[in-house]
Amino acid sequence: MDIDLIARTTPFFLQAALVTIAVSGLSMLLGLALGLLAALCRLSANRFVRWPATAYVSVFRGTPALIQIFLIYFGGPAIGINLDAFTAGVIGLGINIGAYMTESIRGGIVSVDKGQGEAARALGLHPLPTMFLVIMPQAARLMIRPLGINAIALVKGSALVAAISVVELTFTAQRYLSSTYQPLEIFLVSGALYLAITTAMNRGIDWLDRRYAIKTART
Amino acid sequence: MPALDFTKVFLAWDQLLFGAWMTILLTAVSGALSVVLGVLLAVGRTAANPWLARPVSFVIWVVLGTPLLLQLFVLYFGLVGFGIDLSAFAAGVIGVSLHYAAYNAEVVRAGIASIDKGQGEAARALGLGPLQTLGLVVLPQALRRVTPALGNNMIALLKESSLVSAIGVMELTLSAQRMISETFRPFEFYIAAGVLYYLINLVLEAGLRRIERGPRAGLDARPAPRAAGPVTAPAPRP
Repeated sequence: MDIDLIARTTPFFLQAALVTIAVSGLSMLLGLALGLLAALCRLSANRFVRWPATAYVSVFRGTPALIQIFLIYFGGPAIGINLDAFTAGVIGLGINIGAYMTESIRGGIVSVDKGQGEAARALGLHPLPTMFLVIMPQAARLMIRPLGINAIALVKGSALVAAISVVELTFTAQRYLSSTYQPLEIFLVSGALYLAITTAMNRGIDWLDRRYAIKTART
Repeated sequence: MPALDFTKVFLAWDQLLFGAWMTILLTAVSGALSVVLGVLLAVGRTAANPWLARPVSFVIWVVLGTPLLLQLFVLYFGLVGFGIDLSAFAAGVIGVSLHYAAYNAEVVRAGIASIDKGQGEAARALGLGPLQTLGLVVLPQALRRVTPALGNNMIALLKESSLVSAIGVMELTLSAQRMISETFRPFEFYIAAGVLYYLINLVLEAGLRRIERGPRAGLDARPAPRAAGPVTAPAPRP
């Protein structure tokens, strides 16, 4: 075990971990926004609203995230979109995870008892307040675990931006691997950082789920 | 803004189809390995002996907590340092199989846990050994129950198999990249690769649905048999 190599590379890996967290966090926000919008569209009564959202989910879940990121970063200029690697990576990951989040959010919304919406409408609330003041607060509690699983998958998926040369954890690991050929030490540091992030998130999700989950006999 | 031109894509169709074929092969081999290894890991994890269960849980935790791309880099670029020079294809298959074996192990473990304890106890009471109980009684029921979840993992595996392009395995993503470096048409070729992935995905999904619906599927989910004939007539009053 080369302790010196570990000591020498750790500061760089810590810096790279911050980039991994930034990429994951930003694409998570983009994914949540897209997912919420697409979920509401998919539940719309109007088929011209429903159809594009269904197509979005099907296409972006049906093709690899790596292809989507490459298409945005390398293919973008052909249609006049020039983005730096970091932005292209965040947008690619965000659009991809948004398609998965659409289904998690939609699942949460449809699990809320139909009577809740009907009662709100009967009390005179309009459709939008019904959705955001009555259904969403209840649905959000049901979404904690599915969205949390998406978020953890996103942290691991953020490694893909290494393929377009964003200097995050996996890219840094690859650079040291091909210069030192010491997999044990490199994996120990980079893997430990990923495990710290994903394990902390797992704990956080468990805590949120216990704290906010609706505890009724309904399963 | 240059105009899009898909003619180059059609001229390179055979290259892309070869890539697609390699992706299918890679998915099939890694998928099969990941299911077999996943069942073994699940059995190891649920073992009563902590000397087996603890290390297996640790391996699953590490594999699931780190990205597949990092694992592939470590396998391909890293193991050379130990004198193990894996071919790109071998490193790709091992990396993808191991990663999805960990996912499958979690699914199979949940399946084993969902089987009524009485099944195992009855098998033991009838004189079956522990391995026979597991292999002939518990696992067949557990696997049937988790077939849809394993299928979802296979669909994810197909898409994540694109990552092996980063270590130089000539599959669909890398053959698209190869053609891009010749034709300078990234947009067109990534769209074409995406279409091919989407089609393979559709076929795989249809195949998995068939397996789920197969003659032996869903036996456990069958509703309890109803009493034959009409409900008992009210007893005649004296």
